[in-house]
Order: sequence, then C-alpha cells, then structure tokens
Amino acid sequence: PVEIKKEAAMSELVPEPRQKPVVPMKPTGINASLLGYIGIDTIIEQMRKKTMKTGFDFNIMVVGQSGLGKSTLVNTLFKSQVSRKSSGWNREEKIPKTVEIKAIGHVIEEGGVKMKLTVIDTPGFGDQINNENCWEPIEKYINEQYEKFLKEEVNIARKKRIPDTRVHCCLYFISPTGHSLRPLDLEFMKHLSKVVNIIPVIAKADTMTLEEKTEFKQRVRKELEVNGIEFYPQKEFDEDLEDKTENDKIRQESMPFAVVGSDKEYQVNGKRVLGRKTPWGIIEVENLNHCEFALLRDFVIRTHLQDLKEVTHNIHYETYRAKRLNDNGGLPPMTVETEENHESNL
Amino acid sequence: MFEKEFASLDISNTIDNQNDGCRTLPLSMHVGFDSLPDQLLKKSIKQGFCFNILCIGETGIGKSALMSSLFNTNFEDSPSTHFLPSVRLRAQSYEIQESNVLLKLTFVKTVGFGDQVNKADSYLPIVDYIDAQFEAYLEEELKVMRSLFSYHDTRIHVCLYFISPTGRSLKNIDLLTMRSLDSKVNIIPVIGKADSISKTELQEFKKKIMTELVTNGIQIYQFPTDDETVSEMNTITNGHLPFAVVGSMEKVKIGNKMVRARQYPWGIVKVENESHCDTVKLRRMLCTNMEDLREKTCAYYELYRRCRLEKLGCKDVGPENEPVSLQEVFEAKRLEFFLEMERKEEEIKQRFVQRVNEKAAMLEEAEQQASMPVYLEFLCQGRFRVNVRKMYSLKGLSSTGEQAAQGSVESQYLEVFKR
Repeated sequence: PVEIKKEAAMSELVPEPRQKPVVPMKPTGINASLLGYIGIDTIIEQMRKKTMKTGFDFNIMVVGQSGLGKSTLVNTLFKSQVSRKSSGWNREEKIPKTVEIKAIGHVIEEGGVKMKLTVIDTPGFGDQINNENCWEPIEKYINEQYEKFLKEEVNIARKKRIPDTRVHCCLYFISPTGHSLRPLDLEFMKHLSKVVNIIPVIAKADTMTLEEKTEFKQRVRKELEVNGIEFYPQKEFDEDLEDKTENDKIRQESMPFAVVGSDKEYQVNGKRVLGRKTPWGIIEVENLNHCEFALLRDFVIRTHLQDLKEVTHNIHYETYRAKRLNDNGGLPPMTVETEENHESNL
Repeated sequence: MFEKEFASLDISNTIDNQNDGCRTLPLSMHVGFDSLPDQLLKKSIKQGFCFNILCIGETGIGKSALMSSLFNTNFEDSPSTHFLPSVRLRAQSYEIQESNVLLKLTFVKTVGFGDQVNKADSYLPIVDYIDAQFEAYLEEELKVMRSLFSYHDTRIHVCLYFISPTGRSLKNIDLLTMRSLDSKVNIIPVIGKADSISKTELQEFKKKIMTELVTNGIQIYQFPTDDETVSEMNTITNGHLPFAVVGSMEKVKIGNKMVRARQYPWGIVKVENESHCDTVKLRRMLCTNMEDLREKTCAYYELYRRCRLEKLGCKDVGPENEPVSLQEVFEAKRLEFFLEMERKEEEIKQRFVQRVNEKAAMLEEAEQQASMPVYLEFLCQGRFRVNVRKMYSLKGLSSTGEQAAQGSVESQYLEVFKR
C-alpha cells in the first residue's frame, strides 16, 4: 500500500498536458548471428580504462579484543603500515573506557590501480569488565555510513561519484582458545551479520597444532550454523552455480581462516619471507602449510574484493534504505553525528 | 569517541582520483588488488551490456538499412506507409554476441516522421519517449524495494538524426527537432542515402550543415578528446561530421565474396568501403565510444531527475538553509494528498445524500398529489419505471431495483421508502 500511494501522489501533482506515449513492454531478445567483426568487444577495454582512471575505494573494519594481532594482520594483508599498532600503550596510557571507532585512510597503488583504503579500528571492544552491548557503537557507525550515502543519493543535485565510506568488510577476530566461540563472539556476529559482511578469522593461529586447528574450525563452523549466523560469503547471495560451488568450498572447508600476521622478514631457504621467529622455528606467514593467511589474502583481495563491495551496495545498503524509507512515518530523520561521546556501559 | 584521522571527503566532479588528504603509502610487496578491474569486468561481462539507439528520420531515408549495415545482420522489418496521422516510435531488441561480450541492443526508430502536412508537433512523441525512459528509471530508483543492478536500462544512449541528402541545407523540422532534443540525448547527425550526392557536393553540404548547427546553437555529440590514445582519431572524426552513410539490406557478389552493397547500372556502392561512404567510420566511432556515450546519458538523466524533482516541489535546502531530506518532502506531499482525498470524499458523500433527499422529497410529493390512475398512466408510458430505477440506483439497490421494477412497481416503491 505504501508504494501505490506514493506513485499516485506523484502523478496527481504533475498533470500531464499531453498523452503519454505507450512505453513498449520489456522487449524480447532476438538472437542475431554475426557475420564479420564489428568491434563491440572494445567496450571491455573502455570500461577498464574508465575504472583505472576513477580508482577504487575499500573500507575494512577489524573487530576483536586487544592483543589478537588485528593491526599486524591488516598491515600484512596490504603490505604496508596502514594500521598503527596499539601495542604502544604503556602503563601511563589508559585503555579506552568505551569502544572507540578509528578510521584511517591511505592511498595505495599497484599496477596502475589506485585504491583508497580505509582501515576502521575498534579499540576497546571486548576489553571491559562488562561488555554488554559493546557492539552498539560499531553498529551505529556502520549505519551512519549508510545514512551518509543515502543522504547523498537522495539529493536533487547529486555528485557524479558519491564518496563511499560504507564498511565493505568486517574481519572478526576469534581467540584461539581451541574450545569454542565465546558468548561475546556470538552476540556480536548475530547482531552484525545482518548489516555488514563479516569474515571470521582465527587469530594467532600459531598456538594450535594442525589437528587442534581443524577441530576448532569445525566446531566454530557448527556453532555459527546453529546460531543462524550467516558470514560472508552468504549462501543466499550466490548468483549462479559457478559461484555456489566456489563459495561452498570456502564456506565448508576453509573458513574461518586460521591466520598469523607479521611484518618482519627473514631468510628461509634463500628466500626472503614474512614470518615470526621462535626458538623452535620460523613460522612463514605466506606458507600454506603453516597457516591460512595466503587463503585469506587471496579471498579478500584477489578474488572477492569487488564482490564484497557489491554485496554491501546491492544488499546491505538497500536493506537499510528500504527500512529507512518505510519507517518514515514513525521516526524523525536520523542526523549524522560527527562528534559524539559514546557512553560505555560501565 | 568517533575520530576521523583524514580530512573530510570533498570529492569534486572531476573524474581524476585525488588523494583527498590521505597519505600515499608505498607497498613493500605485491598485494594483488591490481586484479580489481578484472574482478569488476568479470561481473559486467556476466550481466551483459545494454545499448539503445534511436534513429530519427523521414520514412524511407534508410534507418533500418543503416542499422542492418552497422551491425552486419538483417534486422527484419516491414516498410511503413507515408500516411500515418502522427509520428510514432517502434522499438526492437536484439542480443548480439561478439567473443565474450553480450550486447543487448535496442533499436528505436521513428515511424511516419516528416510525413504529416503539419509537422509542428512531430518532435513531441520523440521527446516524450526519451522522457518516458528517464521516468521509468527514476521510478525504479525511487522505489522502496528496488533492484537497480538487474534493471534493464532503456534510456537512449545515442540518437542518429538522418538528414535528407538534398545538398542544400537543413530543413526547419531538422532544426526544430534537434533543438528540442539536444539537452536530453547525444545527437549524431548523419546524411542518409549519401550515395545520391557527389563527392564535391558532399563536402560543401557537410560544411553547410555544421555551420547551421552552430549558428542555431544546437549541441551535437563531440567525440571525447581528453584521452591521449584516442584523442587524435577522435579529433579527425569530429571533422568528418555529419557522417554520410549508405546502408543496404542486400549483398552483391564481387569477385567470390558476398559484400553488402548497392548495385547501380553505373557501378556498385560498397557499404564497407570508406572511400564510398562513412558507414564504417560511424560503426567504429559508436563501438569505441560506447562507454562515453553511456556516461553522458547518465549526465542527461541527472539533469532530467533534477528538473523532475524540483517540479515536485522538492528542494535540497529548506527555508532556513537547512538541508531538507527528500523523504520529508514526500511525507509532506503524501499528507497533503491524503487530506485532499478525504475532503473530496466528504464532498461527494454530502452531495449524494443531498440528491437522494431531494429525489425522495420529490417523489413523496408526487405520491401525495397523484392518484392511482396517474400511476397506471405513468406505467404505460414507462416513465415511472425509469424513475424508480433511477431512485433504486441512487440508493445503491440497482440489481434488486431492476427486478422489482419488473414486478409490482407500486408495492416495491412503498417498501423501499419505508426502509
């Protein structure tokens, strides 16, 4: 009913002076066979050139208790100091009393492709004594970005390219306890898997043996399923059979990725590799026998980066928008908060 | 506390990507996001590309023949008559596959353009059609539950305007039509049936047309010259406008090949020969600038959207220069409409009750004054029956009223009024 009335309102207010021509129904395609080269395939090059010129935005959020290696992992993923480690806290500095949201942007370039990468850190998450509702500031931040985009989209004079600050990917760090997920983990993922793409990772995976790792992963997968938590790549968004088989394999075998991060290089077998040096050996970060970092890197960056953005735009953002437009009767329009103190629940 | 450590984003409308106040960081090793364009293209290829061409020209100037020649296939179509009362548009869709690219081509052409005695309104159906496609897109965009990523885009990306090969100048209807379209669509003027003009006449004709377009302030599509790889070719091509095209549905055997051509007693005009006509040039230009045409169409759409929303009374900034959300405006308008509807409904109700009371009073009066024989007289004349029926329908009892009218009229009438 809401939709129909809106359309009626629009046609009432702008009376047509002349009869509208009949718009043809969605026409059926007729297959025309080609004889001789035309040049339609040059459109691919044109599009490629265009995208290289405009560049890309990517916003990644990291969530997890402090000390799980979040900053190190992101720096390892992007081979650059994109995230400042918070291990610089000494006794005098206070641990944040609330969950803070810190977004830092950098521009990185590779192979002619320019990317504006924003890493959103959430210090203070899960570090309090009482962590009830500590996901709320995070959910609020994510929704604020959707709201910002919606406001721009709804403007009459629109920008040619709306700045995209929406969170495309949220890496959730699971403590490698070896047992099961914590209640906080489940609570967070339950609330946020509906608004953002969540990729769970098992942090500091070098504390588990291979068997412990496999068992833990299985248990985590089971718990996520039992609790109805749909992490990325979500089953319902598989576009075709090809996607489904590829994603099924990732969902059922690889995820959650057990990762190790490092920004130090060592010499192993004559090669320079990123790794962690321990008395019992060097853990090579990009060695698939040691940990699954390479899988995570390939998944997030080399194959599914664009898809992460598209799911965020076509599904999460659209869901938010639909809810906002339907709710208009009840709630006043949401204001975007730029400076605001989030109270913790202490 | 919410903290942003980079400068606030202030993206201007330039395509060039600026750093927006962010530091550029060097990468210590290969990361792998240089595959991003490929990831993006993979999705686009899966979905396919839409391209919509509008051909405007007089009946018989060779619109279908040109389209068939451009895309090297025979688009089946029956020739139209000259006697249509108004200009209409006919759209046909085709799917063309070349290597891994699937192109969903829609070819819209005018039917009956230039045939009427009074051509003052000829451009109107064309403008309406273009606007209707923008309107359909806008409607989809404004829906609460929408699916823009799978929406079949019907907006016209390029308009080929066919000029008659008179060799003199543009006709008034050409100027009128192009002027009404140049702010809504990319216009590429072409000279149809160009094989009827000699080479020297053609040069003069082209120059004349271009000067006329400039003096009349008509904006036609300029091939982009900002990219170094194509700027040289595009500048040269811009100098060849308008394209002198020849199209043909038939093929002629030359040597041992079948070639698209027109056979005359004095020679054969080969469509694909660049020294015979500009058809191949046009094809090349359309293909290599397809993306730019689509981008410019988006800009035209934004203009349409802005005008449309402003007409609805929407503003970006309220009376105190506070940003106003579109949603608030919608709500206000919807409320207005509701109240208006309610008021009208009340009005109609009141009028209905009034009329019923009036009629009832009238009939009661008649009942009191008249006697039985008069009823019978009325019955015979059929007048009373009609009145009863009217009365019944006023009270909303039409079906039963008709049945009663067949039976004993008087008793039914009294019964109705006693209710």
